[in-house]
Amino acid sequence: MSGFWEPFQFAFFRNGLAVATLAGALCGLIGVYVVLRNMSYIGHGLSHAIFGGAAASALVGFNFFVGAGIWGLAAGLAIGRVARRRGIAADAAIGIVTTASFAFGIALLGLFGQVRRALDTTLFGSILGVTTADVVFVAIVTLLAAGLVFFGYRRLLFTTFDPEVAQASGIRTGWVDAVLMAVLSLCVLVSMKVLGVVLVAATLVTPAVTARLLTASFARLLWLSVTIGALSGAVGMIASYHVDISSGATIVLVSTAVFIVVYALTARSRRSLHLP
Amino acid sequence: MTEGSLLAFEGVTCGYDGEPAIRDVDLSLEPGGFIGLVGPSGSGKTTVLRAALGAIKPSKGFVRRAEGLRVGYVPQIETVNWDFPVTVFETVLMARTSGRILPWPSSDERRQVDDVLEKLGLSGLGGRHIRALSGGQQQRVFLARALLARPQLLLLDEPTSGVDVRTRHEVLHLLADLNAEGIAIVLTTHDLNGIAAHLPRLVCINRDVIAAGTPAEVITPEVLQLTYGAPMDVLVHGGMRVVVDPSGTVPAGHS
Repeated sequence: MSGFWEPFQFAFFRNGLAVATLAGALCGLIGVYVVLRNMSYIGHGLSHAIFGGAAASALVGFNFFVGAGIWGLAAGLAIGRVARRRGIAADAAIGIVTTASFAFGIALLGLFGQVRRALDTTLFGSILGVTTADVVFVAIVTLLAAGLVFFGYRRLLFTTFDPEVAQASGIRTGWVDAVLMAVLSLCVLVSMKVLGVVLVAATLVTPAVTARLLTASFARLLWLSVTIGALSGAVGMIASYHVDISSGATIVLVSTAVFIVVYALTARSRRSLHLP
Repeated sequence: MTEGSLLAFEGVTCGYDGEPAIRDVDLSLEPGGFIGLVGPSGSGKTTVLRAALGAIKPSKGFVRRAEGLRVGYVPQIETVNWDFPVTVFETVLMARTSGRILPWPSSDERRQVDDVLEKLGLSGLGGRHIRALSGGQQQRVFLARALLARPQLLLLDEPTSGVDVRTRHEVLHLLADLNAEGIAIVLTTHDLNGIAAHLPRLVCINRDVIAAGTPAEVITPEVLQLTYGAPMDVLVHGGMRVVVDPSGTVPAGHS
């Protein structure tokens, strides 16, 4: 078997590839809203907050997805609420909540030993130990997110572009924001295993920003971001095996390379197409 | 609220973070009415529009709207995120958000959007990014979005700010045509000579209502002094009122 195809004989790699591709598509989809709502920092903070939940789950022997999921959901809703409040700067409040949760997770892992290995895999992702159950879980969340965007497309677009007028037009923008935050939390949760806490935020942001360089239409932006995210996930995962670097790092490096190429190729046309 | 009124403010006080932007405002708008809100920056003009829209709640008093009133809102174009990746067609279609669950437009919606774009002189521009338009066209995109909801009341925040004299005339004539079709209009403007003097009714506001009436009734040195806190002279030229400051300069916007 040639070198390129070698990893495909392993079940863990096939699972990892499926999770990375689906997670890339999922992050590309939700990332469009994260970027356009200027919520990139929330995505970054959320992944750090979920780390605390993951560590707490390990402490009490709770299922990772359930424990970290509940923690992340609570953090996501709290962040969404804080972000809408006046008086305290949202980024400052998010910084306090999420870094506290992250520090809590590190403290717990320290108490329970094997800190170095646990930290490395949680922070930077790993293709080892990705099970079929993980593939199913990320597939379910991807379908859920796709359904939300499909059936809530108009509400999400109006609420993202012009929240005040959307609300005055009868759209329950508070609900739309809450549902989006809940799906974002799930997205971060299921992507964490292969992407890692530190790098998951990049997969939310980079494909969406790259796609924005290619189109001025919102509908096309969604498709392009999903495609770039999925391809970056798949290529990054294959590269991860061959160069023996953490999967999160290679996936982010691939999507960054795509961004650089697109940025360079579109430099001349951006002005005429009214792209950033 | 008077019988048959579309909109009525009854002693409305509201603002932001506990600080009132408007105080004890009384205002009434009949079907087919046309009101211009004038006043200096920070006087609460936009707050009146936002309260009428229902985007902010009064801390005191009541904003009463006719039952089932359809309101269209055209934001100040300076507040729009022009980097947002959205085409003219997608922007106008936002008015149909509550109507259909599928992402793509129905053939009926497509025809309605095309019709409103044609009516506002934007035919053939549906596929363009909203930034790839002139100032007047950008203003009309948001007017098209508001009109697609078939409003009985149209609220416009500074519809002529940042546009040239010709575009200002176009916008003013367009609004006059819409008003003649029966749509009630409330707009805010800084432009006393280019816009306010041409409207049938003005409300001068500086946190509370200073005066209300026809341009002939409210464009007076006394009312302007109270509204803007600075002396202004008023000349009558060809039956129109023209505001000049005491140095003889015509304020920006006069054509």
